[in-house]
Amino acid sequence: MKTIFEQSVPGREGCWPCEGLSEETFIPKELLRNEEAGLPSAGELDVVRHFTKLSQRNFGVDGNFYPLGSCTMKYNPKFTEVVGAMPGFTRLHPVLPQLQGAGRLCQGALEVIYETEQLLCEITGMNAYTLHPMAGAHGELTGVMLMAAYHRDKGNKKTKVIVPDSAHGTNPASAAIAGFEVVSIESRDGIIAPEALREVLDDEVAGMMMTCPNTLGLFEKNLPEIVAMLREVDALLYYDGANLNAIMGKMRVGDVGFDIVHLNLHKTFATPHGGGGPGSGPVGVSERVTPYLPVSRVQKLEDGQFVLDYDHPKSIGYVAPFYGNFGVFLKAYSYILRLGKTGLARATENAVLSANYMRKRLEDAFEIPYNRTCMHEFVLSAVRQAEKGVRALDIAKALLDKGHHAPTIYFPLIVKECMMIEPTETENKATLDTFVDDLVAIADMVQSDPEVIQNAPVTLPVTRLDETKAARGMELTEDLANA
Amino acid sequence: MPFVPHTPEEVREMLAVIGVDSVDDLFAEITESMRPQSFDIPEGLSEMEVLAKLEGMAAKNATDSASFLGAGFYDHYIPAAVDALTMRGEFYTAYTPYQPEASQGTLQAIFEYQTAICRLMDMDCANASVYDGGTAMYEATMMAVRKTKRRKVLISEALNPIYRVMLDSYITNLNLEVVCVPHKNGRTDIEGLKAAIDDKTAAVLVQNPNFFGSVNDFTELFNAAREKKAVSIISSYPVLQALLKTPGQMGADIAVAEGQSLGLPLSFGGPYLGIMTCTKKMVRQMPGRIVGRTEDTEGRTGYVLTLQAREQHIRRQKATSNICSNQSLCALRALVHMCALGEMGIRRAARLSIERAHLCAEKLTAIPGVEMLTDGPFGNEFAITLPVNAFEIISTLSERGFIPGFPLGRYYDDLDNGLLVACTEKTSEEQIGILAEMMRGALK
Amino acid sequence: MIPADLKYAKTHEWVKVVGDVATVGISHFAQEQLGDLTFVELPAVGDTLEQGEEFGSVESVKAASELYAPVSGEVIEVNEELEDAPEKVNESPFEEGWLLKVRISGEPDGLLDADAYATLIESEAH
Repeated sequence: MKTIFEQSVPGREGCWPCEGLSEETFIPKELLRNEEAGLPSAGELDVVRHFTKLSQRNFGVDGNFYPLGSCTMKYNPKFTEVVGAMPGFTRLHPVLPQLQGAGRLCQGALEVIYETEQLLCEITGMNAYTLHPMAGAHGELTGVMLMAAYHRDKGNKKTKVIVPDSAHGTNPASAAIAGFEVVSIESRDGIIAPEALREVLDDEVAGMMMTCPNTLGLFEKNLPEIVAMLREVDALLYYDGANLNAIMGKMRVGDVGFDIVHLNLHKTFATPHGGGGPGSGPVGVSERVTPYLPVSRVQKLEDGQFVLDYDHPKSIGYVAPFYGNFGVFLKAYSYILRLGKTGLARATENAVLSANYMRKRLEDAFEIPYNRTCMHEFVLSAVRQAEKGVRALDIAKALLDKGHHAPTIYFPLIVKECMMIEPTETENKATLDTFVDDLVAIADMVQSDPEVIQNAPVTLPVTRLDETKAARGMELTEDLANA
Repeated sequence: MPFVPHTPEEVREMLAVIGVDSVDDLFAEITESMRPQSFDIPEGLSEMEVLAKLEGMAAKNATDSASFLGAGFYDHYIPAAVDALTMRGEFYTAYTPYQPEASQGTLQAIFEYQTAICRLMDMDCANASVYDGGTAMYEATMMAVRKTKRRKVLISEALNPIYRVMLDSYITNLNLEVVCVPHKNGRTDIEGLKAAIDDKTAAVLVQNPNFFGSVNDFTELFNAAREKKAVSIISSYPVLQALLKTPGQMGADIAVAEGQSLGLPLSFGGPYLGIMTCTKKMVRQMPGRIVGRTEDTEGRTGYVLTLQAREQHIRRQKATSNICSNQSLCALRALVHMCALGEMGIRRAARLSIERAHLCAEKLTAIPGVEMLTDGPFGNEFAITLPVNAFEIISTLSERGFIPGFPLGRYYDDLDNGLLVACTEKTSEEQIGILAEMMRGALK
Repeated sequence: MIPADLKYAKTHEWVKVVGDVATVGISHFAQEQLGDLTFVELPAVGDTLEQGEEFGSVESVKAASELYAPVSGEVIEVNEELEDAPEKVNESPFEEGWLLKVRISGEPDGLLDADAYATLIESEAH
């Protein structure tokens, strides 16, 4: 499909009719660009048709089952878009509450921030939240910075952060970027064993980052013991909220002893992923970590007014220019209001029910390395199929041909030919059954005619793409390529 | 229950397949001691009730004020096509394009975004975006630190103060030295910056137009940086960049920007768009997603995420950054915005914004006691000094539905009387006239 | 594919010493494990290497791997052709795909001969 630049016709006008005075009236020529940028010149219909056609070359939750493990691709309710588009929110300039007397112009927005923080505190059992981090990984970085600030303030000399080998790659990257040495800990029978933790735990450990349930979909049942061990060396326990959808109403991470938690509102609380963002990654903390939260914070005065509060001398400072991705957590807030107490717990229950149902139905066709009760997701291994020369990647592509998005593949790294499936609570049983039937049919095809699977997909706008050519060729724009 | 489709009969069937009696059995590993001590959330509301509640909260925000606020975040007109196209579910409800064959829409759009942004900034390579202009600035700084293996960072005080404080937070644990060169009445002190570059300097960071709205040419500064093998980083303003001398022309190594002005509503601080571009020789240091063009097995053109060996899911703790997502939908909005307006439309929006700001400056400085703080060329924003404290004027005028600008004293101790005033193509001549009258009245 | 006249590091770099100059590359086994290389990052001429320290990296589409100096000394030449043609490491790891030349200072220790290296990769392959 041609790019918009290839369709551009110089002189064709876009949708801007007014003309100002020449820029040279106001700014000397030597401070101006010497030629036009080369942005597209296309009519509005050209643009509309181009992007409509482009959109048709995409899978999304609205059109396809999207069981991408660890990404919680649940349905994004449409009413949240109505909220997100309310001019009372979209038109607000972010510096308003910083102006004397202008805070009264944005009381509704400050109330949204305050109320969202309160709800997240109650859902997770934490003492306080910041909504500033703009994605999950940004929340992680904020969390590890909080960890560093806590220990610096206490005079602790801490240099290491423990990360399980099943963790998301962002965990070790976040810890390293905040200046810590990363110590990896091996999972045993799919979870963290206290003995394994003991081998790496010492006084220099600042904390441990944990995903619970972990990326294998397994609950970390040694949690109480792990919490106690970390307390002994004054290390903080960090909760990666990627998998919060598995425990809402069943466990609160604050109650069981986590000190820092980041949530992925775009996962658990159904805000759209938008092809890779924007997300929202609020960070919650226990009481002892609260003084270090980023500024500003929203305070509710006795008269019911909301104000920004910067008076936190131990704060780590600013991680975002303002209050985070307001437009995103506004939708998450509406979603929480809509579901309420029972709805949130039901979401978790049905996510777990659906995952276990699929796991059971797939256990004959595929190797399931940890075949016991899982939480909201589970992993398959295509090792049996690999013996026929068909890899997890091939199976993923064959699923695309059936109209399903593929599961997460080759992650977590500790399972060979890994396929990680997360159905979410919003998919009906017929969809789950169709996916299972299709996956079993693919497994059968691997036995009878593996080449068909190896050559998938064949029904999409393109077949498999040459990634090596892309990396070597460096064609990163219309204007750049390696000779 | 909202959004959970299973009927009681289906639940029974599923439990039977699993081989347990109840859903509760699936949570047996969460033992009694780990159960919630409280879960005091209000019960759910209907869609109609939620919308009514949120309408009520939105109504507590006064968005009908005429605003001359900018400070790096601008209220430009957004063509209707931007919402209509980017809200399509196929874009909106997709994840990061891990399966390229099923994500050509997102991937090609990002490739086009990279092209448009590189052309606007006149740079070689762009990534698929980061969170915002401030994190782009921080990531650019870290690119320079990695590339030069040096630890000193030179920044101009005329850089957006919000980005300066963000940078301070991020580097707390990293043992970097930040040297801030003061502004001169709102102008970037190019000579002072040049003099401060030495053999330990990893990067020099400046902004154009700078925080005070002043337009600069940093060619000489970047030449001086190159001589000392330091990396030149510039933060730019995308709409005005359609007219202004480019980062590429000036010889920048890395150019970043807050992309909000390209089709994103102000939305109380986010989501915004962190634009990052660099020269080809810096691209291996770039964080975040990058899309490249390639071919499929049939020789058809297609697009994939590329140069992924830089990233956290492969490199883990050795990655260039921990960043995982980008602001994909915001990048798409920026692209559609640029396409809908086109080259001419963006230039006109920039011209009109500049014209209105100059009219506004003329009217305000005609008031006795009001003077330009900063000499020299400016774009759509300018700094003035008032005979009184700017915070008070803002407070007075905002009660009458006019927010006259941003108080410079918020970030600059000696500028309590300083006011930063921004216009866009949406600012009407009538509004400018009323502002000037109100200001005149308030200063009597 | 393990030339007998070379020495090998446990991290899969090979070394060929002529006089006081060592040529360094990565083994056939290593390039095969990594898959099609897309980028080779090498030090600058004049840099000093310490045996066992990281001196660069190789990247493929799905993996990145650090390179460790099998000898100590000063880099006197790097294979500049790899900048545009990293595939030479895949196609000819022991000849055209060499990485750098080092003027050795001090005797390298712990390098394996071809037989010992064969045993090592045998064990890693399983």
